[in-house]
Amino acid sequence: MAVSGVHFGGMRGIISFGGYVPYRRLDRSAIAAVMGRGGGRGTRSVASYDEDTTTMGVEAARLALRPVDAEPRALWFATADPAYLEKTNATAIHAALRLDSSAGALDFGGAVRSGIGALRTALNAIGPTVVVTADMRGGLPTGADEATGGDGAAAFLIGTEDDGPVVAELLGSASATEEFVDRWRQPGSPSTGQWEERFGETRYGPLAAQAWKEALGGADIEADDVDVAVVTGTHGRAVKRVAGQLGVARVADDLTSAVGNTGTAHPGLLLANELEQAEPDQTIAVVMLADGVEVLILRTTEALASYAPSLPVADQIAAGAEVSYATFLQWRDMIQVQPPNRPEPTRPSSSAAARAQDWKYGFVGSRGTESGTLHLPPARVSIRPEDELDAMDPAPMADVGATVMTFTIDRLVYSVSPPVVFAVVDFDGGGRLPVELTDVDPDAVRIGQRVEMTFRRLYEAEGIYNYFWKARPARSSSGD
Amino acid sequence: MASHGIKDQVAIIGMGCTQFREHWDKGTDDLLIDAATAALASAGVSKDDVDAFWLGTASSGMSGLTLSQPLKLEGKPVTRVENFCATGSEALRQASYAVASGAYDMAMAIGVEKIKDSGYQGLNAAPAPHDGTKRNLTAAAMYSLVLPAYAARYGVDEDELRMVVAKIAEKNHRNGALNPLAQFRREMPAEKICEMASVAGRLSVFDCSGVADGSAAAIVVRAEDAHQYCEDPLYIKALSFVSGTGGGLIDPEYDYTTFPECEMAGADAYRQAGIDDPRSALAMAEVHDCFTPTEMVLMEDLGFCERGTAWKEVLAGTFERNGDMPINTDGGLKAFGHPVGASGLRMHYECWLQLRGQAGDDRQIDLSSRNLGLVHNLGGYPGEMVSFVSILGPELG
Repeated sequence: MAVSGVHFGGMRGIISFGGYVPYRRLDRSAIAAVMGRGGGRGTRSVASYDEDTTTMGVEAARLALRPVDAEPRALWFATADPAYLEKTNATAIHAALRLDSSAGALDFGGAVRSGIGALRTALNAIGPTVVVTADMRGGLPTGADEATGGDGAAAFLIGTEDDGPVVAELLGSASATEEFVDRWRQPGSPSTGQWEERFGETRYGPLAAQAWKEALGGADIEADDVDVAVVTGTHGRAVKRVAGQLGVARVADDLTSAVGNTGTAHPGLLLANELEQAEPDQTIAVVMLADGVEVLILRTTEALASYAPSLPVADQIAAGAEVSYATFLQWRDMIQVQPPNRPEPTRPSSSAAARAQDWKYGFVGSRGTESGTLHLPPARVSIRPEDELDAMDPAPMADVGATVMTFTIDRLVYSVSPPVVFAVVDFDGGGRLPVELTDVDPDAVRIGQRVEMTFRRLYEAEGIYNYFWKARPARSSSGD
Repeated sequence: MASHGIKDQVAIIGMGCTQFREHWDKGTDDLLIDAATAALASAGVSKDDVDAFWLGTASSGMSGLTLSQPLKLEGKPVTRVENFCATGSEALRQASYAVASGAYDMAMAIGVEKIKDSGYQGLNAAPAPHDGTKRNLTAAAMYSLVLPAYAARYGVDEDELRMVVAKIAEKNHRNGALNPLAQFRREMPAEKICEMASVAGRLSVFDCSGVADGSAAAIVVRAEDAHQYCEDPLYIKALSFVSGTGGGLIDPEYDYTTFPECEMAGADAYRQAGIDDPRSALAMAEVHDCFTPTEMVLMEDLGFCERGTAWKEVLAGTFERNGDMPINTDGGLKAFGHPVGASGLRMHYECWLQLRGQAGDDRQIDLSSRNLGLVHNLGGYPGEMVSFVSILGPELG
């Protein structure tokens, strides 16, 4: 009960968080092996052919919201690689999370800076807000961006103690802005332009110093009070130089060696990774260099000690599997391959999809009130005679684990990335669905395997993306 | 409420069937004209003698105009029916009920499919507008789920079971090789099929039905009128149809080793025909061998053998043309080909020939102890299918 009318009854901060790293990894040395140059050491994360920034955003937001019982009043989605222009992408995430229709959904579009911007804005706003950041980074073959970029997402629930235990409070924040053209990309272009690096370095240095000083002042701390600083941005050299000049105890691992730079999502992904390893009463700074500098200073609370992350970033990094460079290029539309000689899928009907919103986006079935029998998709008439017409309760199944009952490999059906691996899965507590598997090697599927649901882009037809759910080998704790 | 059937009320007095093959030089109209003409000639009647028409096609045309225009039918009712791959049988079922009711004296059931104009391999039906959540899987892959499930339930080695279903393809190819109307007339040893690349689960292309164009037609009248047209009509003993709930897709109790819709349609047909033991009553059966595992499971669903024993009976040769229970003596969908809307009537055409002793010396089955035939025709997938079963015989009673 805030008597003053201002949210002073509790400091605003992070209530929950989740980072998402897609399953596939490209070994950077594979680039030079094919092209004769490019690449480097380590791996980068690669979104699967059925993922985009919206689906990765859904996965991160699901991980972020799973540990808490919250009712977000807004969802903000930021990416430099939006699936749609014109149409809001945040609404699909909103639908997949089954947020109330009175909770707004907005895109913070286009710029890499929009991710940290959405996060800082939410930390200074009112009401429980989900901030989702996602990006797919790349460039032309052999270029630096192809090798150093990464794909991923991060999501945060921001609010006050009224909304849930705050695990990291905002101590201070600052922004420094200047117009200069260092990195740029026109809509639809496959690669990002870059001015001579030395120029950008001269801009970022002073801007970082200015914002850093202001943020420390606002938080009323000194640089050496900061336990760890997350430093990232669009200018690699400037990031390194600024990180070295902050004067903090430790600079966070930027996940370059395994994931790469996930652009819009990266400050959030790195912050989530640090929070998963942090202890209460630690000060964490986030410094993002992108067309200026954004700084956040956060302090972890006692609540962090009892916070159980759904699926730590480190575990996701450890669980990755390789993708070949040829497949990577194909998934990124850098090379076109002969499609199967089968009819392409047809676009989903907007009106049919809207009627089925809770099923299609939320993976909600129905359960007979008498029989308890699960129906996927939801049905009005039960397969069991004891249920009356329409005597069905909604059955949210997105977070229920399942087991492969049987499976097959379909080498005939149309797919962007054949073959299709398909399984009949039985859900814990009853219920069955024949469903496509993803993030899976056809040779490794087995009866009895544990799977979990994941939100994917099934295909694109006539410019419309068809989103629905697939199953993947269990990565969360619901697995074996 | 009951499924009473129309045993011995309706007779087939003439049938026609085109060759099933890739008819690059024939369109839907040509195939319809050819099958209709052959059926009319077989019955010794003209198109003007036929009072009403039921046209089955899955996707080669809409409405009765698909038939009335090419045949220039003047003032006649034509009903287009569609029921997945059981479309042809559905046309026969409706035509039979029409004459049994007394509404018409003579009706034609005709099925057609012109598949090879799509430019793609396989069967490709245009979907209705959808919400984008339907599964993306070929029929071959859906039916491939039967093999591991059956192997697990009955403790059969998966490699051995794979050979068993290849033997089904081998048999049907052997039968097709003798049939001048069949699409594939080459024998195909099971060992060779097992060596082929898998396209869906463990199934190879040769475990799938042939993709063909074709048409087949039947002319039906009330049984009491049959001898006006025909010395040896074929009587309809039973017509059954079951359209499933789709429950198999969502019910964890379903195990992919049986097709309950087919079992139900079979049981209903046996009731209608007064058959207690199908194995001892039936001289032959034409069944829907869309994929080789389908035929194996159907042997159990239709009561030709005990559950869990079909695979042994296949190896024992029971279902060979000269075996105890001849199955798909014309080559089946596997070797005769599968023009969707025509296949159900093609199955009846084989009964028409065999049960009246007209199949020819090299193909004719033994009718000395049994003379009833069964047609089973399904559409859909394990877990969600429609199933048709008819029983036919050359004698009343």
